[in-house]
Amino acid sequence: MNVESNKYIFLYSIIMVVLVAVSLTIVAIKLKPAQEKNIRVEKMQNILKSVNILSAPSDAEDKYNQFITEKYVINSKGEMVEGKEAFELDLAVELKKEPDFRNLPVFVCTQENGEREFIVPLRGKGLWGPIWGYMSFKNDFNTVVGCMFDHKGETPGLGAEINTGVFQSQFFNKKIFNESGNLTAIDIIKGGAAPDNIHGVDAISGGTITSKGVQYMVRDCLMLYEPFFKSKMASGK
Amino acid sequence: MATNNIKVLTKPFNLENPITVQVLGICSALAVTVQLKPAIVMGLSVTVVTAFSNLIISMLRNTIPNRIRIIVQLVVVAALVIIVDQVLKAYVYDVSKKLSVFVGLIITNCILMGRLEAFAMVNKPWASFVDGIGNGLGYSFILIALAFFRELLGSGSLFGMKIIPQSFYDLGYQNNSLMILPPMALILVGVIIWIQRSKNRSLIEE
Repeated sequence: MNVESNKYIFLYSIIMVVLVAVSLTIVAIKLKPAQEKNIRVEKMQNILKSVNILSAPSDAEDKYNQFITEKYVINSKGEMVEGKEAFELDLAVELKKEPDFRNLPVFVCTQENGEREFIVPLRGKGLWGPIWGYMSFKNDFNTVVGCMFDHKGETPGLGAEINTGVFQSQFFNKKIFNESGNLTAIDIIKGGAAPDNIHGVDAISGGTITSKGVQYMVRDCLMLYEPFFKSKMASGK
Repeated sequence: MATNNIKVLTKPFNLENPITVQVLGICSALAVTVQLKPAIVMGLSVTVVTAFSNLIISMLRNTIPNRIRIIVQLVVVAALVIIVDQVLKAYVYDVSKKLSVFVGLIITNCILMGRLEAFAMVNKPWASFVDGIGNGLGYSFILIALAFFRELLGSGSLFGMKIIPQSFYDLGYQNNSLMILPPMALILVGVIIWIQRSKNRSLIEE
């Protein structure tokens, strides 16, 4: 057949496309289990990181099982929900549902000194794409123990800095409720927060929109957990 | 291996180095050379993709219609890159996150299209495969050199392990933060080109 004829070109393209599609599909299916395992391990590492426990992919699962002693799911009113696995829930999916139908995971970490810390997931919008993370609290449900943030495509060196220790460590010991018992969450202040501001941290220079995105994410997600936190504070754990 | 093929393999290391002589593939050289481990994985990925795309296109070279030549080359390169990306995500997830978009950008790396057009379309499969490996390794060599200095001088470590002893820091030594920024990679490439040209006068244009 003439290599330059239209018929040949069409046939060639069709066969090429089909072959490529089949090979890529086979590769994707074969590798999916390994990839999903990596994502699960990363989720465990993130949860541990939010309570300041560092782990490598090789020991993340062991550390997760050792330190994360309770996992449960609550609804938007703060009541326990049975029959759901906290780890399997994806906040991004839950947030798309109507408030009454949302399942919110809570993870409890028991540190080596016996202190219990409560971890909640966060999900929000950065400048270029989604941002997410975890934030953990002491059993007063007010003082921040630690947090971790990550992003998909924020600007390197600017918004992307939210996933660095320098930014995240600012949140240690900040408080999310004010004296009147109202949820203030954490303000991320352009130009810098005052050193004695227990409700504020510094924004990232050049990363204002991402920083604001983190602020709204923390506020909006903590509002989801507010009924739960308040009921725990009232009942005294 | 025939003498010809040995030359094909070794020329891209020095006299025909893709980055310092052909000046191709600079962008990824800047981005992934902050640390040694991602640089090595990137170098390996480019070598594998270049070698196999060269091989496949060379095997198909007499069947490809001229009007869709570039498209066919792109499809082959893109498919290989996707496969490499999926493999990285499955087996070295932490490195694949550091490389993120740059693995996908291998498709746009000029080295690949450059070698496909210049070599694979007009040479036999085995020679093309060897050419792909040679260029991939020449590229990797530069990436590793860059990453070695950038990680050592910029973070005091290699492969994530601290190399510079604490005593140096106590005496006032500080990591050179400029090394971690992209412009420094470009400057280092310039230094390498400088050294290369002082040793090989033939590379200097008239």
